[in-house]
Amino acid sequence: MSDTHAQSVAFVRETEIPQSPPPALEAGAVKWVRENLFSGVFNTVLTLLALYVVVRFAIFVFPWFYNGVWEASSRKECIDILREAGKGTGACFAVLVDRWDHLVFGFKYPPEGYWRILLAFLLLLVAAAPALFSSLPRKLLMFTAFYPFLAFWLIWGGSLWLPLTILGLIIATMLVFRLISSQIPVNNRQIVSGVIGVICGAGLAYLLFIGAQELVFIANSVGTEGVISQVAYGVFWIMAIFTFVFCVPMGIFVGYAIYNSYEDGGLVSIVASLLFGYLAFVYLLSPIWMALNSIIPIELQAVASRDMGGFMLNMLLGTICVSLSIPLGILLALGRQSPMPLIKGVCVVFIEFIRGVPLITLLFVANVMLAYFLPPSSNFDLILRVIIMITLFSAAYIAEVIRGGLAALPKGQYEAADSLGLDYGQATRLIILPQALKISIPGIVNIAVGLFKDTTLISIISMFDLVGMIRGPIQNSTEWTSVYWEVYGFGALLFFVVCYSISQYSQWLERQLNTSHH
Amino acid sequence: MTTLADPHKESFRLSMLLNDTRYRSLTFQFIALVAIIATMAFIGGNLVRNLAEAGLNISYDFLGAQAGYDINQRPISYDSQDTHGRAAMVGLLNTLIVAFLGCITATIIGVVAGVLRLSPNWLVRKIMAFYVEIFRNVPVLIWILIIFSIMINAAPAPNAFRGDEPTASMWLFDSIAVTNRGVYLPKPIWGSGSLLVVGVFIASIIGIFLFRRYARKQLFDHGRLIPTFWPSLALLFIPVILAQLVLGTPISLEYPALKGFNFRGGITILGSLIALWFALSIYTGAFIAENVRAGILAVSKGQTEAAAALGLRPGRIMNLVVLPQALRVIIPPLISQYLNITKNSSLAIAVGYMDLTGTLGGITLLQTGRAIESVLLLMLFYLIISLSISFIMNIYNNTMKLQER
Amino acid sequence: MKKSVFLGALTVAGIIAGGASAATLDEVKARGKLNCGVTTGVPGFAEPDASGVWQGFDVAVCRAVAAAVLGDGNAVEFVPTTGKTRFTALASGEIDLLARNTTWTFSRDVDLKFEFIGVNYYDGQGFMVPKELGVASAKDLDGATVCIQTGTTTELNLADFFRANSISYEPVPIETGAEAVQQYIAGACDVYTTDASALAAQRANFEDPSAHVLLPEIISKEPLGPLVRHGDNEWADISRWTLNALIAAEELGVTSVNLEELSAGTENPEINRLLGTEGELGSMLGLDAGWAKAALGVAGNYGEIFEQNIGAATPIGLARGLNAQWTDGGLIYSPPFR
Repeated sequence: MSDTHAQSVAFVRETEIPQSPPPALEAGAVKWVRENLFSGVFNTVLTLLALYVVVRFAIFVFPWFYNGVWEASSRKECIDILREAGKGTGACFAVLVDRWDHLVFGFKYPPEGYWRILLAFLLLLVAAAPALFSSLPRKLLMFTAFYPFLAFWLIWGGSLWLPLTILGLIIATMLVFRLISSQIPVNNRQIVSGVIGVICGAGLAYLLFIGAQELVFIANSVGTEGVISQVAYGVFWIMAIFTFVFCVPMGIFVGYAIYNSYEDGGLVSIVASLLFGYLAFVYLLSPIWMALNSIIPIELQAVASRDMGGFMLNMLLGTICVSLSIPLGILLALGRQSPMPLIKGVCVVFIEFIRGVPLITLLFVANVMLAYFLPPSSNFDLILRVIIMITLFSAAYIAEVIRGGLAALPKGQYEAADSLGLDYGQATRLIILPQALKISIPGIVNIAVGLFKDTTLISIISMFDLVGMIRGPIQNSTEWTSVYWEVYGFGALLFFVVCYSISQYSQWLERQLNTSHH
Repeated sequence: MTTLADPHKESFRLSMLLNDTRYRSLTFQFIALVAIIATMAFIGGNLVRNLAEAGLNISYDFLGAQAGYDINQRPISYDSQDTHGRAAMVGLLNTLIVAFLGCITATIIGVVAGVLRLSPNWLVRKIMAFYVEIFRNVPVLIWILIIFSIMINAAPAPNAFRGDEPTASMWLFDSIAVTNRGVYLPKPIWGSGSLLVVGVFIASIIGIFLFRRYARKQLFDHGRLIPTFWPSLALLFIPVILAQLVLGTPISLEYPALKGFNFRGGITILGSLIALWFALSIYTGAFIAENVRAGILAVSKGQTEAAAALGLRPGRIMNLVVLPQALRVIIPPLISQYLNITKNSSLAIAVGYMDLTGTLGGITLLQTGRAIESVLLLMLFYLIISLSISFIMNIYNNTMKLQER
Repeated sequence: MKKSVFLGALTVAGIIAGGASAATLDEVKARGKLNCGVTTGVPGFAEPDASGVWQGFDVAVCRAVAAAVLGDGNAVEFVPTTGKTRFTALASGEIDLLARNTTWTFSRDVDLKFEFIGVNYYDGQGFMVPKELGVASAKDLDGATVCIQTGTTTELNLADFFRANSISYEPVPIETGAEAVQQYIAGACDVYTTDASALAAQRANFEDPSAHVLLPEIISKEPLGPLVRHGDNEWADISRWTLNALIAAEELGVTSVNLEELSAGTENPEINRLLGTEGELGSMLGLDAGWAKAALGVAGNYGEIFEQNIGAATPIGLARGLNAQWTDGGLIYSPPFR
């Protein structure tokens, strides 16, 4: 081959030409600047414009920041210090130093307990890690499951035995479930099923009977004045008659259903463990933890929920509401996908209603209305009512994200699960949800970030979270009236740090999950 | 083998309600129905009992009672002698105004920022990324408060325009005044013959429409590219200005002027509206920018390359090839951003803009003490607005969808 | 009983705190704390200080009631409320007493079902303007932009005042006092109107208080007083007579300084009845004989509380004016203790 080549060509270079450096305009920083900043007339104009904006901004903000006063006891003192130093503008960061505790922990939390909050926060990172990073050992999830009880104790204080007893009772309930569903022989289970069926059936019939009376009571107090009242009166009477007629058949039927499930043990073990759990929480919880506490008292100073405040309250609400709303959101999403029209209808109405109204109106409900819907003389803490409403709110949004995940699963997955003979529960738990949730994680994280930001709205219903603390006690105080930029900027910074980290995580996760080819 | 033949022989047994998938769903739904009714009985009974204990009743009569308070932005005529119901309507219109304005500007900001985030210009790209991240990661309430504070402190008070040596002056030949109470614009006065000018204006809009259709037809049929931008602009303004001059300026402008405490005359755009509008649009714009960016990235690179191979310039590639395709990805999240603007507009309460939450859910609730009724009505109004927006936008989305065959 | 089974079965036990609807007094005693509704911050009337302890004129009423009932002026849980949340908080039982400069009006008393236990500050709605505007009377305010705090009686008074004088104005409704001040200082509104006491309190915080004047017109009567729920007369009596004890003590010359000395017994039978050395007033209320002594022991009598929080020596610097004792020509007047 090379021979023919050698004959046809007169000259062949046998050594490589030494590489010459690229032209000056095509190398290094110059090239980068040319390509990225001045590649055309339009781009040059854009660059100059952007540079102008950045420089103007810097000239405006930098001296203000640089001249900032960090030590003063009031705004007037700040201004005096600046005036003496002959500086035109300057921030008064002293407000952050002076009110640091209030901004971060609220003004009612005992200062000697701040370490508890910080510890709970650090442990939150540890507890969240295995859920966030799948490369960590799965055993750490045990700690995640234990964390809520520990955090409850650290933040609210009181006796350690209370959360521990709750944990113990939950474990006991699970053991009861385990025992009935898989440990005892079928013959024994038949007896258990019979007993529980009779109890539940009778109890349900009784409850419905009282419910019917309740409905009659409502109907009578609505009265028959006006068309709307008449309609409501009729509807309540129909519901009352319906409930009354069906109270005994329903009791018998549910009792029979429980008894009937003795062979596979599904329903009876669920009902029995719920029954056990309910009774245990009502009758065993307080005697046990009080007894344990009197033997070995392990107590922290108790702090009431309304003493929480500052940025901590935002973090607290964000964490609690997101963790509670994920299971609720899954249930709602499954309900919305259900072929049963009634259940689907209820879920759709709930989700669309919540998504259609602003969070602030739901907070108004928590604040001014919820008390009317609860039994007289029951008195929920405001913070608990707020948690309920925010949880419902974010559950509706999370449900929509998960519904997207469910819809994105190929139909074959459902069919494959069916063809393996799995029932609905097994298919959902083992095949559908793990895949759907994996797809939905980035969406859920986005909702979580949004929800965390929305916790600032509680300042409008007079709770002293970070924003409420700024708009209430700080700006109203004699010392720090008319201080705006420093405190708002600080608030923005805190939220930015948290939300930006979470969204960076979410983007990382998306890259991890994205296994498709480009 | 015979069992398969006739399932009707199987008589109905009670256990089939539980074990037979044909009936089981009915059973579950029946139980759910009973549970729902029981919950309603529980909540309703509590409500009735609590109200009786507090000596209250549910009544919407207060909507017909005199409101007694004033509202600073009145799209429909209203004074303190009108009813609470009318005050609620004023609030509703104010909510719709800020939501509508916010949606438009947020879309513009979002599209520009989203496109610029993919710009080849490094500096612009970074600034846009900074904008998007900083606005997405800080609560909108804080942004509203910050922007409102900036507006109040940065814009001059009307007082600054006063005196022999005013520290502030009006813009555009003394026609626009920007103060920290709001922006005052000239107002058109409709003199006699102004109908004709309006007619000319409408005619020129129709003309532009026809001209563009003609240009497109030329492009498609004959491959001739007729410039449309400058002729359209000329068509829009020249006939109207000519008509104005010929008819002797039937439409004159009323300029705002400083009289007494405030600027009087002209159109006033309240400061609280501006702050809320700007805060909502710049906040939501950051989210829309991300949607736009994702939409553009979703258009496969081959499309851009093919367009470039056809010799289209970058601007045309974006306008004619990429954006129309990206739109299909962008619109569904855009709908939820519009809903978010509407819902977040309820934070108007923080800057004193009298929207629905400020009137019905604010002063009316406080003055009448009708908390339950007011909050229920408030939620009903927002629900109606949200459902209408998503209904309209879903129709639009369906028309834009790729027609699959 | 049947109902409670129904409710108990449907609600998870343990979440619901509180027992049967007992009398407020028993509830407070069982709880060991008085839940008292206050503002989210008005200087001098109720604001948390730098260490988070609530201070102020309204706060002192809460502390006095707590001391009378529980013997400890610090056994108070202060619940901050806004204009919007205050009445529902009281109606729903979240708070036992609302001491949040609330104007006593007919509709609040009758329609909203509350019980005003007296007046602790006679106020009226005033106007504040920058001096440089040169306004001498509120009637010169035609066309002005007015900052108002929403959710109070002020906006109704304002609408009435301007309509009665047939002049126009632009209202700027504002949620918190701090934001009203922000707008007013920046010139976004010409006038700031609210209760005259709050105007004085906020002006005291300005960089240059002398550049602002309060206009002479007081356009409304604002008798501010603490209130409780309708229907629990025993609790209303306790609160009412604790407030009256503070007022009567000033009239009788009982101060925090001579309290111990006088409670040993004096020549004046009314002082003796007040301080529990004579008569059975305490047990009639269902309290200890020393209830009024405990209430006075927190911060002294009405006059002392006034001077400490909002009086001439404080930055707020309010004169007694209408709030002087009736013997000094004011309106502060306690019915006799007998």
